[in-house]
Amino acid sequence: MILIRLVPKQTDINFLRLRKAAFGLSGLAAIGSVIFFLVLGLNFGIDFRGGILVEARVETGADIAAMRDSASALGLGDVSMQEFGDPRDVLIRVEQQIGGEEAQQAAVDAIKSAFAADIGNVEYRRVEFVGPKVSAELIRDGILALTIALVAMMFYIWLRFEWQFSVGAMVALVHDVFLTIGVFALTRLEFNLSIIAAILTIIGYSMNDTVVIYDRVRENLYKYRSMPLVGLLNKSVNDTLARTVMTSVTTLLALLALFFFGGEVIRGFTFAMIWGVLVGTYSSIFIAAPVLIYLGVHRGTKATSSAKYVGAERVEEKEPEDATKTSDAADPKGEA
Amino acid sequence: MLYFARWKIYSVLTVLLAGLVFVAPNFFSESGRSGFPNWMPHKQINLGLDLQGGSHLLLEVDVQAVIQERLEGLESEIRTTLRAEFIGYTGLGIGDDDAVHLRIRDLEELPKAVDLINAQASVLRTSNFGVGIPDLEVNSTNDGDITVTLSEEAVQIRAAAAVAQSIEVVRRRIDETGTQEPSIQRQGDDRILVQLPGLDDPDRIKRLLGKTAKMTFQMVDQKTSLIDALAGRLPPGSEIVEHDSDIDANGDPVKYVVERRAIITGEMLTNSQVTTDQNGQFAVSLQFNPTGGRRFGDATSQNVGKLFAIILDDKIISAPRIQTAILGGTGQITGNFDAQSAGDLATLLRAGALPAPLAILEERSVGPGLGADSVAAGKIASVLAFILVMIFMLAAYGMFGLAADLALMINMMLLAAGLSALQATLTLPGIAGIILTIGMAVDANVLIFERIREEIALGKTPFASVDAGYKRAMTTIIDANVTTFIAAIILFIFGSGPVKGFAITLAIGIVTSFFTAITVTRLLVSTWLTRSKPKVLPI
Repeated sequence: MILIRLVPKQTDINFLRLRKAAFGLSGLAAIGSVIFFLVLGLNFGIDFRGGILVEARVETGADIAAMRDSASALGLGDVSMQEFGDPRDVLIRVEQQIGGEEAQQAAVDAIKSAFAADIGNVEYRRVEFVGPKVSAELIRDGILALTIALVAMMFYIWLRFEWQFSVGAMVALVHDVFLTIGVFALTRLEFNLSIIAAILTIIGYSMNDTVVIYDRVRENLYKYRSMPLVGLLNKSVNDTLARTVMTSVTTLLALLALFFFGGEVIRGFTFAMIWGVLVGTYSSIFIAAPVLIYLGVHRGTKATSSAKYVGAERVEEKEPEDATKTSDAADPKGEA
Repeated sequence: MLYFARWKIYSVLTVLLAGLVFVAPNFFSESGRSGFPNWMPHKQINLGLDLQGGSHLLLEVDVQAVIQERLEGLESEIRTTLRAEFIGYTGLGIGDDDAVHLRIRDLEELPKAVDLINAQASVLRTSNFGVGIPDLEVNSTNDGDITVTLSEEAVQIRAAAAVAQSIEVVRRRIDETGTQEPSIQRQGDDRILVQLPGLDDPDRIKRLLGKTAKMTFQMVDQKTSLIDALAGRLPPGSEIVEHDSDIDANGDPVKYVVERRAIITGEMLTNSQVTTDQNGQFAVSLQFNPTGGRRFGDATSQNVGKLFAIILDDKIISAPRIQTAILGGTGQITGNFDAQSAGDLATLLRAGALPAPLAILEERSVGPGLGADSVAAGKIASVLAFILVMIFMLAAYGMFGLAADLALMINMMLLAAGLSALQATLTLPGIAGIILTIGMAVDANVLIFERIREEIALGKTPFASVDAGYKRAMTTIIDANVTTFIAAIILFIFGSGPVKGFAITLAIGIVTSFFTAITVTRLLVSTWLTRSKPKVLPI
């Protein structure tokens, strides 16, 4: 049986040579993202901005112009309408009404009765409104969740590796988050709660990718004590390249299926995920690995490297000794 | 790594069997499941409101209103008491600091006034020494200023009681509408989360929840003219109340002067129903408890020919003239009712009044059409993702890919079993979580297989390569899964509704894929290796 190999058996691509270009590119992209975010802002959904969202279906085909006329006569402020995945479906967004929670409810009722009079038979597939109190809390919770996730992962990496790896992974993750927010600012896609969920998953995925490479770096640091760091990092990235590509492809296959067939409601979320898998894979190779050069990874000190390299033959040989040293691993002073 | 103790094989098989048992109910209809023996689980995967259609309402109890009510009560008690004792005071009122303030004119009388106010306190609870702890804190200055506040504990206890009572009333009101399987939960300090599966238009419930439904019968004060009252000559025992629907020539609501004292309150009702009056108009019939019946009987017999007001939530809904004494313990409200408003009022009166107004902070309603479309789209996307990934793994790793595919199928089965067993809610983002799991679940196997390839390249024997492949990939797999798991847990804690559903499928997916990728494929591969002893690995 002939098996597909997306990546040749032995690769020796000099990824690290590209690090300056990659840093430049990523730096620009990150700065660009911040600028887009500051200048354009995000197209916040009602989760964060408060307001009303109605998905309506008119079986005979939705006449968006007529519906817009009907709704704008109500004086509800900013009302946007767009076709939603099907010529029958319209997504209606109304800005948050002044006057607290009850005013939102009144606006929904007003729209429904206006459509009943002007449009006729309308099926309301989705009605959502988020009051000002809840939207403020959702923003707070979202930022909190992202921060805690980043810190928790950084702590885990610090525990399992050394601080340089933890910092490297963090730089890569922050890069991913910036670029995702940037692309949402640029594309004007709606930024809602599910996008926060997507970003958290992207963080998880990118971390996953980074950890796989770092694991190999750790292993190679131990195996090839005299190899220059740049070459060693290159080798580690190449060693894991086949896996990196394979996993990205399977994940992308699944996500593409979801993007094209999962329906309109979930499309923004899936887009964020696809973008995240691409950016996350890139950042693991071109950011997380090269950052280690600048942070200066400790090498050669027996205590740290042997205790942390678990799973290789040499460790097996001196298993009892290794067990006693594992405690050093979690102690940052052990590295000094 | 490749040797499996017999007990390990049996435990893997037990897990698979348990998975099958838990996933089974999902393939049977309700009647099919009722035929299951008792020991078998009956529960299907719980679909979220976004998939089965339904309404999610987040309500907030206006706790401040309860505190305000107690303060107003206190203010009027202080006024009555001090007047009865002829103690002069000025500036009695409720400040922004949630305290009642007043100043006693004659400093000689200050201690007596403080004692009188202290006597207004109600006992909050009994301390460990058997002494009653009052709910008020009364402070006075040498200038004669008195500040009365509710103790912090009193505020908390009152707020908690108001929320608990609100949940009870909300439950009764929703039950009255016949909604199937509503879920009503307390959330945070002062919020109530109401979930109504299958209900795509919660207008009636929202209307019912939007009313406090405090009902009283009060006599109209016919000794005081409205003009006097509006000019400020309002007797202390009376108040001005607007009519709910009647309007005067200027288009303003008609106002009445009514006595503050209530003859009947909502608590004195035992039942209320929609009915029609003698003119065929919709009306609401009332049945009083013995106290209520006696009081209504007394009031009507003493006041024949006079007006009384039926007040609901500070608005008069009807002000009829008493024609004759009503002694039967029943009454009837007529007004501008249609079938719907009469039905709503009867329901509200049966379910009782809310201790404080409720505000709807958030609503998310999904119609059954959209829910069904989402399920259908999710199914297509999952099946497609599943097939694509399986074909790809087979093409990339041959025999080993087949093992990974088998593991993936088992993984999906266990994931569905886990969702059914935990009764976790599957939402639309949850389906996305499953699809993401399909994509990422094979990662562990990819890591292992790539490692095996490397070991083969080093010139190891097939058995040694596979063994080393599993062993060395393990740390990486653990590290990689733990990081994703951290993300899932944090999402679960901070996420709400559908996002929580995503977190739970992601978390269960990580656990099941860890198990299947490591144990199931290893078992398959090792069985195959020991049986066929290949010279070259087909990978």
